This record gives sequence, structure tokens and C-alpha cells, in this order.
Amino acid sequence: MTGEIASRALSVEIGLWSVAALLGTAILPVLRSRSPIARNLVYGACLAACSVALASALTHLLGLAGRHAALTLPLGIPWIGAHFRIDALAAFFLVVVNLGGAAASLYGLGYGRHEAAAERVLPFFPAFLAGMNLVVLADDAFTFLLSWEFMSLASWALVLAHHRDSDNTRAGYIYLIMASFGTLALLLAFGLLAGTEGGYTFDAIRAGEHPTRVGALVLGLVLLGAGSKAGIVPLHVWLPLAHPAAPSHVSALMSGVMTKVAVYGFIRVVFDLLGEPNWWSGLVVLLLGGVTAVLGVLYALMQHDLKRLLAYHTVENIGIIYIGLGLALAFSANGMQAAAALALAAALFHVLNHSIFKSLLFFGAGAVLTATRERDMEHLGGLIHRMPYTSFTFLVGCVAISALPPLNGFVSEWLTFQAILQSPDLPQWGLKVMVPAVGGLLALSAALAAACFVKAFGVTFLGRPRSDAARTASEVDRFSLAAMFVFAALCLLAGILPGFVIDSLAPVTLSLLGERMPMQSGVPWLSIVPIAESRSSYNGILVFLFIAISASLAAYVIHRFASRALRRAPAWDCGFPDPSPVTQYTAGSFAQPIRRVFGTLVFQAREQVEMPPPGSLQPARLTVKVRDFIWDGIYAPIAGLIVLVSERLNVFQFLTIRQYLSLVFLSLVILLLVLALWL
Amino acid sequence: MIADIIIQGVEMALVLLLAPLLTGFTRKVKARLLRRRGPSLIQPYRDLLRLLRKEVVLAENASWLFRVAPYLIFAATWVAAALVPTFGTGLMFSWTADLIAIIALLASARFFLALAGMDVGTSFGGIGSSREVMIASLAEPAMLLIVFTLALVAGSTQLSAVAAYMASPVVGLRVSLGLALVGLIMVALAENARIPVDNPATHLELTMVHEAMVLEYSGRHLAMIELAASIKLLLYVSLIACLFTPWGLTGPGTDTAMIALGVASYLGKLTVGGFLLAVFETAIAKMRVFRVPEFLGAALMLGLLAVLLLFVSRSL
Repeated sequence: MTGEIASRALSVEIGLWSVAALLGTAILPVLRSRSPIARNLVYGACLAACSVALASALTHLLGLAGRHAALTLPLGIPWIGAHFRIDALAAFFLVVVNLGGAAASLYGLGYGRHEAAAERVLPFFPAFLAGMNLVVLADDAFTFLLSWEFMSLASWALVLAHHRDSDNTRAGYIYLIMASFGTLALLLAFGLLAGTEGGYTFDAIRAGEHPTRVGALVLGLVLLGAGSKAGIVPLHVWLPLAHPAAPSHVSALMSGVMTKVAVYGFIRVVFDLLGEPNWWSGLVVLLLGGVTAVLGVLYALMQHDLKRLLAYHTVENIGIIYIGLGLALAFSANGMQAAAALALAAALFHVLNHSIFKSLLFFGAGAVLTATRERDMEHLGGLIHRMPYTSFTFLVGCVAISALPPLNGFVSEWLTFQAILQSPDLPQWGLKVMVPAVGGLLALSAALAAACFVKAFGVTFLGRPRSDAARTASEVDRFSLAAMFVFAALCLLAGILPGFVIDSLAPVTLSLLGERMPMQSGVPWLSIVPIAESRSSYNGILVFLFIAISASLAAYVIHRFASRALRRAPAWDCGFPDPSPVTQYTAGSFAQPIRRVFGTLVFQAREQVEMPPPGSLQPARLTVKVRDFIWDGIYAPIAGLIVLVSERLNVFQFLTIRQYLSLVFLSLVILLLVLALWL
Repeated sequence: MIADIIIQGVEMALVLLLAPLLTGFTRKVKARLLRRRGPSLIQPYRDLLRLLRKEVVLAENASWLFRVAPYLIFAATWVAAALVPTFGTGLMFSWTADLIAIIALLASARFFLALAGMDVGTSFGGIGSSREVMIASLAEPAMLLIVFTLALVAGSTQLSAVAAYMASPVVGLRVSLGLALVGLIMVALAENARIPVDNPATHLELTMVHEAMVLEYSGRHLAMIELAASIKLLLYVSLIACLFTPWGLTGPGTDTAMIALGVASYLGKLTVGGFLLAVFETAIAKMRVFRVPEFLGAALMLGLLAVLLLFVSRSL
């Protein structure tokens, strides 16, 4: 028994020591940030700290299922202290955070070499990692909010690493506003949860009673607070600006990991602290998820900046995760705990998957950026010849994120679909009508995601180079490639052996919902069976093997018995090949049919063709106007209102001394009057 | 166990061998309807063998992806087709992938085909890929909603289980299944690049989709893609047949007489399916590319309506 307790506290201690090591690393480069030694030291130390924390969290998740470890430090507010705790949920998210952190550090060892502003990246990178770890470890509202804000500010500093670029300054500004807004919402949410007694530890909140009205308010505030960090539509506006602005390994962390920390915040409050859910909370989350998924991918399709496309795609995947969470809430509210466990496991599986393939894709985008100094897909092309390894891993990421078997993205979406098929038993009419619609939205977003990544990979890596930079690109360093290959391998592993992932999620669903998915590791042939074998099953490893075997068999038979002759010749192109790479399809032209089908409705996309008169040598022009209705409809009016009010208030800056004195006098009188009337 | 493996192997071989015949049959019927003689029924086999024996003429800047893609497309399509019940439901590996996974396997094949279309960097390849993903972005959700309908009716996404349920007398006539059938046929037409969505017989026409993507392929690569296209057509006919006309499907036994009956009825269904397809294609005109979203949008709405009906009442 004593040994068990020791090992329990140990996992928190290891977590905190890793955080301390990361914070210590953050101070280090302040002294000598320009030297390569500092760089290797920082990324090496981050890699080591994250690996240790990852191993410890993994051990906790797999070995100490269902138990938790807690630790209180005499820090922070004196009468509260700083509480830390690892339970199954925290352990799972620590795995996600530190897996992404370790890979980003490995990638940084190579990528950091090309960093022009190393002194602006090196101190904040470990701090950012430490912040994310702390959010997950925190066990009281104060520590949680402090770590949350620390994480936001560290990532904000990283967004502004290249602050001379005006786009980045704007991104940083909007990010800062949205982050402060989000923290404010969370602050209010925790205030409501703590109640009048002010029980700020999570234990006290869990034990407290939360009336429905408070629950609804808290749900709304958490959706605003954690949702703005995760990128739920319409709070996503900062995300596609800020994520691409940071250096690529930080983009990978922000998109792949920080959004997951936000999801963690949401799950912690709504599933754990708030107690019994209501069915309409499931409905709200479900709807937001569905809208977010489809709008995110539609926005992504309109982009031709590779990193921005990936960032918008994060919005889509967050939508998919929230669909799973919404379903889990709806099932749980109706006492269908088995179905709720399935939905929650699907969402968490997607959390892990997305953190893997989105990091992988951002690493790939960073490699392209290193090799060509170019993010705009319209200036890329043909990189598959110049960067074979990068393009291969990027392709793996594209297949995984498009939810195609046998890779991991498919498994989590498949589980979500299976959860949706459980929902006709839900009694509420609102859910009965909305769940199938959301299922349709999910299917639509999956299909559009495939289209989006055909575009991203096809325009960037295939075809002919569209610029000199793309023509002369060369493969990136070994550290970057190692990080990409590790994650590509994980995409395959999680795809063909999903049963193990599902089983390791069982403690999380058990602790939150009191139910788990059926044990998968005992199923023959390593299939996964979400409910019962007669209902549905999927076997990634056999699908993978069948495809591999039949493809190689076909290739072997043909090469052996038919023909293996091959001749290189100019492209055929229906007899009219044009040597100019301009004649290829571009990102814009590739997305044109989809823009026409969906964009005219959603973005009021308008195309205008200017044809020169016959005989004129002027080129024809195509102008495309796409309106971002969320920015124009929500943010622009708010910003306009704020500007208007501040301009009006600006008058007070230029008054004479007499006017100021009379103002002071007047306000004093009013205050006294108020006091007199009030009391 | 061994008998199961043999049956599974026979099914896989059957799909592979019958697929070009179905394509040839459809072409023949179309030709006869147009008062032409038409090529012989075994012409697709001859074409495939000819292509296999020819050398590959590869575009100068084609990458490894371009050379690997045909085999991947063929393998994914073949694996998907092998999991669809043809003459019997007792498929040994039917639990490896359910109907959702089969649709996703076909999506994988299309993903690589669309990439291959962009690999050489010609305008035709791009136009084909771009339109293909536009069509897929509507056809796939429609298909998934149809799958939802079937899964809700049968209580399973496992295709063999769904087919066995549909063959049982408890199903009866349902509105949702009717909607799903119409939707499924529309999706099948689009997925197989048939008229009115695409024309399998054209080249050098600005409305082409599938043929534009494979324009740069030749020799054995082209043979693989053509064969995959034939298998896909067979897959959709088998799918519609085993779900909506499940008569004569052999159960999970190995009675020789039952299997013979199953094979005979399967061949009969293929003949009827190919004939109806040819008649439909002859009777209708190809539509403009930007009418296709309306066509598939209708299929999507039918699917959604069917699922909604089932959410409202399980007996509809």
C-alpha cells in the first residue's frame, strides 16, 4: 500500500519536476541566445523533460487506471496554495501535450538552425511547454487560470517572434484580445462554480451543488473561454492568423497541442466539475461542433497559404471533437452511459490523432518553408522530386487527416459515426432532429477534408515547380525528418492497432462517465468492436495487410508475367502540352468548383471575369471576392462600436483645467447623491 | 474454416473476373440500343491484356506517386469489392470492414487517383482532379447518409449482417428504404462516372472528369486503373443487388446446391443491373458540370430525409 501511494505521488512530482526543468530551460537562453550551443541545449532539455513527463504520464494512464495522485505546494494565494493532481483525464492529456512537445523539440533541433530571431523563440518555447503541462496538472481554479494565462502569454510571445512583419503584429494583437477575453470568461465561470463560499479547489467545486441556471451560465462561459482557445466558430478568428505566424514547430504545438489543452479545459469543467449534464447542453455543443467542422474545412479550402490552410483545418477537427463531446453529453444526460463512453472515447481518440497528424503536417509545412522560404502554394509545386522524405511523411499526414483507412484519422471518425448511430434511442425531439443533421455535416466535412488535402498536397508537392525557389529546393535536416517520420509511423500504428488506444482511454471514460467501451485487446485478430460484433467492427491491421498484399501481388504478377518496359517521354496532355508551369491548375483554380458550389452560399463568393476586347493584347482577369461573414458580421461591428465609443470619450482628453475641475466636482456630487439615495 | 477461406477466395476471384464482363455487357447493350453492332462482350478483357503487355510511356516529370497510385487504387477497390456480398452473405472477412469502411476505402482510391491526376502538372489532370473532388464532396456524404439509413433499419453497419437482415421477411416496404434506394442509385451513377454525371466514353471534351485524370496513364498502369473502374461498377451493382434485391443470397452455409443457386441469381442480377444502366444511359443526356451539385444535392437530401424519418419512427 505504501509503495502504491509513493508511486502515485511520484507521477505528479515527475510532472512538476519536468515543468521546473522546462522553466529553468526558459531562463537559460536569456544569457546567450545566439549561440548554437544554447539552441541545442534548450531543445535537447525540452526533449528530455517532455520525454520523462510523457513516460510518467503514460505509466500513470496505463498502470494506475482509475486512481489519482495529488500534491499541494505552498505557492500562490496563501490560504489556498497550489494544488496539483493527475487523474486518468489529466494523464491522457499529459500524454498528448508531452508527445507533441517532445516531437516539436526534436524538430526544433534541426529547424531552429534556420531561425533568424532565435532570441525571441528560445526562452518562450520551454515556457510554453511548461504552461501547457501546468494547465493539465492544476487542481484548483487559481492555479488553472494562472497556468492558462501563462500558456497564452508564452504562445503570444512566440507568435510575435517575427514581429517586424505587419501581418504578424496584427495576428498577435487579435490573439492577445481573444486570449484575454477567453481567460475572462473562464474566470467568471470558475467564480460561478466556486459559489459564495469561494471553494476554489476542484475538489470543493466537485462537491458543491450547481443549480441548472448556474450550470447553463457556466457552460456558456466555458464555451466562450475554452472554445475561443480551441477555435470554435465563431470564436476562431484569431487562430488562422496566429498559428501560421509562429515558427513552424510552435505552430505545430499551438495547433496540435494547445487547442487540445483547451479541449481539456472544456472536458474538465463540463464533464467533471459541473456534475450531471443536461440534454440541451449536449445539443448546443453538438450544433457548435457540426457548424465548426463544416465552416472550418470550407475556410481551409479557400486558402492558398499552406500554414493558414492547416490552421483552418484545425478548426474543422476541433468541430469533430466537439461533435463527439456533444454526443457524450447528450447520451450521458439520458443515462445511456455505454453510448456516452463510446462518443467520449471517439472524441478523445480524435484528440490524440489530431495532435499527431496536425503536428506532422505543420512540421512538413515548416520543412517546405525552410527549403523554399515560401508559404504560398501558388509559388510551390513539384517538391516531391526535391524533397522525397518530407513529401512522403506529408502525404501520410494528408491521408490520415482526410479520414481514410487504414490510417488513424479514419478510426476516430468511424467511432464518431458509430456513436451517432446509437442516437435514435434518445428521447428528446431536439436531439432526434439535430443528430442526423450533424451526422450529415460530419460526413460532409470528412469529404471536404479529403478535397482540401488533395489540393494541399497536389499543388505543393506534385506537378511542376511554379517558382525558382521550388525548383531549387533541397531536403531538410535529419532532426526534422526524424520528428516527421516518428509521427508518420504513429499515424499508421494508431490506425492499424486502434484497440490498444481505445483500451488506454477506458480509465478516462470510467472516471468521467462511470462506463467504458468494451475491452478491445481480447477481440480476435485485433479488431475493434465498439458495441457488439453483430453491429459493427473494423480491423485496421487486416485492411492494411489486404491492401498491401493485393497491391504488391498485382505489381509482382504484372512485372513478372506481363511487361516491365518503361519509357520516359514528354507529357501527353491531349497532344497540346505547354512547357510553362503557369498552365497547371493552381490552388485557386482547384478549389473553384467547390467555391462555386458551397462558397456562393456561405461566403457570398463572387467571380468576375474581365475579358479584353478582341484584338487587345491585355490579359483577361478573374477577380474573386470572398466575404468572411463572421468577421464582417460579428467582429467588425464590435470593433467599430469600440472605436466609436473611444472616439467620443477622447473629448475628455483635451479639456481646460476649469472643465476638469467642474467635472471632478460634478462626479463627486453625483457620487454623494447616489450614496445618499442608496443608503 | 477452409471452406470459408475457399468461398472468400472464390468471391475475390469472381469480382476480379466478372468486372470487365459487366463493363463489356453494358457497352454492348448500349451499342445495340443505338443500333450499332458494338464490340464483343470480351473486348474489355482483350483491352486489358493488350494494355498489360504494352510498355509504359511515363511523362518526364512523373513522380513515384504516379507509378504507385494505380496499384494502390486497384488494391483498395478490390479489397472493398471483396467485402461486398456477391452470391452469399457468409463472407469470412466481412467483419474486417463495415459498410462505412468500404465507402472510405473507395474514398482512399479516389484520393490517390485525384493526386495522380495532379502529378504530371497538366491542365487536363488538374481539371479532372478538381471536378472529381467536387463531385466526391457531395457524393460521399450522400452515401454515408444512405449507409446510416440502412444501418438504422438493420441495426448494424456490417454489410453481411445488413444483407442478411434485408433478406429476412421482417423488413417489408419502408419509405426510408425507398428514398435510400433512389439516393444510392444517384450516388452510384456519380461514383462510377456514368451519364448524366460524367461520360465514360469521351475524350477531349471539356466536361470529362474521370478520363481527364487518367489521361497521362498508359500501359499496365492504365490497365490497373481501368480494371479498378470496372470493379467499382461491379461493386455498386452488387451492393444495390445484395441490399435491395437480396433474393437468392446464400446464407453462411456451404451447401453446394445453395451456392449454385446464389451464383445463378447473382449473375441474373448483374445482367439486369447492367441492362438497366445501359438503358438509362441511352435515354438521358449528360448534364453540365455545375448541374451535378444539384443532382447530388438531391441525393444528399434524400439520404438525410431517410435518416430523419428513421429517427422519428423506427418503422418508417
